[in-house]
Amino acid sequence: MAKTIEEINQKIKKGEAVVFTAEEIIGVVKEKGLKEAAAEVDVVTTGTFGPMCSSGAYFNIGHSKPRIKLGGGRSYLNDVPAYTGLAAVDLFLGATATPDDDPRNKIHPGEFNYGGGHVIEELVAGKDVRLEATAYGTDCYPRKKLETWINIKDLNEAVLFNVRNAYQNYNVAVNLSNKTIYTYMGVLKPNLGNATYCSAGQLSPLLNDPYYKTIGIATKIFLGGGVGYVAWQGTQFNPTVARSENGVPKGGAGTLAVIGDLKQMSPRFLVGTSMLGYGPTLTVGIGVPIPILSEEILKYTTVTDDQIIGTVIDYSDAYPNRRNEPVGEVTYAQLKSGKITLQGKKVPTASLSSYPRAVEIANTLKDWIKTGKFELTQPVAYLPGPETGLTFKPLNERPIER
Amino acid sequence: MVDKKIVLHFPKRLVDRPIVSHLIKDHDLEFNILKASVTQDEEGLMVLELKGKQEEYDKGIAYLKEAGVIIESLSQNVIRNEERCTHCGACITICPVGVFELDTTTRQIKFQEKKCIACGICIKTCPPRAMELHF
Ligand code: SF4
Ligand code: SF4
Repeated sequence: MAKTIEEINQKIKKGEAVVFTAEEIIGVVKEKGLKEAAAEVDVVTTGTFGPMCSSGAYFNIGHSKPRIKLGGGRSYLNDVPAYTGLAAVDLFLGATATPDDDPRNKIHPGEFNYGGGHVIEELVAGKDVRLEATAYGTDCYPRKKLETWINIKDLNEAVLFNVRNAYQNYNVAVNLSNKTIYTYMGVLKPNLGNATYCSAGQLSPLLNDPYYKTIGIATKIFLGGGVGYVAWQGTQFNPTVARSENGVPKGGAGTLAVIGDLKQMSPRFLVGTSMLGYGPTLTVGIGVPIPILSEEILKYTTVTDDQIIGTVIDYSDAYPNRRNEPVGEVTYAQLKSGKITLQGKKVPTASLSSYPRAVEIANTLKDWIKTGKFELTQPVAYLPGPETGLTFKPLNERPIER
Repeated sequence: MVDKKIVLHFPKRLVDRPIVSHLIKDHDLEFNILKASVTQDEEGLMVLELKGKQEEYDKGIAYLKEAGVIIESLSQNVIRNEERCTHCGACITICPVGVFELDTTTRQIKFQEKKCIACGICIKTCPPRAMELHF
């Protein structure tokens, strides 16, 4: 029996929607069978909580008296540079922005204790943030210097806008060299000393809708503790990667660009994060509801960790030199057991994304829907599926002749 | 009752001697070896947790000193800021003595403080910086 989003929303309004998390649905379908469960269940909720570097926020700070044009000048929030290439008082702050005087990797590995992600967390937590700006001055915007405290509640707009989040699957990272390396996948010990991964697996949004049958532009989501929307496909969108028989990609494939009102969000789900030797970033919590419109859609949500394959990549050589030489393939069930076997060696595993908090997100979204606080939206356009032939292109350099 | 973590340095000449086994045999103390290694200059290093009556503890320490062992107390403590920990698990393969343990049902990360030797390695590797050094 096919349902529509409209019908599901009617049930949500009456507080009658049947909702399970992507973890719970596995058992429900096992017990009732696909057909019966598809008739009963309205929504499956997903969740993920991990470091996502292509995150940021834009702000409109309001006009000072006399006025200043930040655009074209330099602006800093708690010493972290913000992007000013916009109109007079709009600023964009990226999660990986680093203070000018941060030693970075001069003494390797750099600590990166504070950056754009941390400023966003502090703003969301309601803390005052120091804005320091210089400008060139114009007839209509004469001021050249501004130093003031700002607070999220006083900003006209504070909007989280992440151009690439919620990666559909990701690499498993190892180090085949004989020295420790410091990467965005964490600290990797020499000679296959450990393996790190960063996906909620069976709870992860795009792994539960592998062909983007329900998630599209304007899908309403849980974002950073508040409500957000899918704005577009995320950057590096790559639907044509190798997939298992169940349709699940074996490596990074789909991604989401997401947007939402930062003022409603919470520092529990937007956490300033520091990757040793790599840089600052933001850990973001995202939950996407999947409307159960058909048996096929329900079937995709029953994916389990042992059916999701991650490709193991060497971050000491193959990754930095962009060579496509996987070390092997493992399942998320193996990764989550704490040990995998690679090249005949037992390798301990560590996760960079928090599964308990992904569960918390999926449960929160479930409660919102069950209590009628959160209705679903119909996408206005779908994300490009494998049939589009879209691929993620490398940069082929063309020398500039002088 | 005392429960202390101490660092023992064994000069080269003492490395092969059964000092710790005598310490335990002759004194009414509970012990837990948190770390034991031999350094490049062939000196022994051991981080030990000792538990027992103050009197026995003092006698034990006196015995070690007499035997020529150099003792330092672990004055710094590494604690986890529970508010900041996201239970990601990045620390699990980083800690040299296995202080962090994954609960496979809740997938929460247990911090077994008693095993910690306060080496500080986790402080800069924990992505949200939840591990803190206290003196
Ligand atoms: S790395 Fe830090 S945040 Fe993650 S589980 Fe360990 S202590 Fe908690
Ligand atoms: S300080 Fe951190 S890394 Fe070192 S023993 Fe304690 S918990 Fe483990």
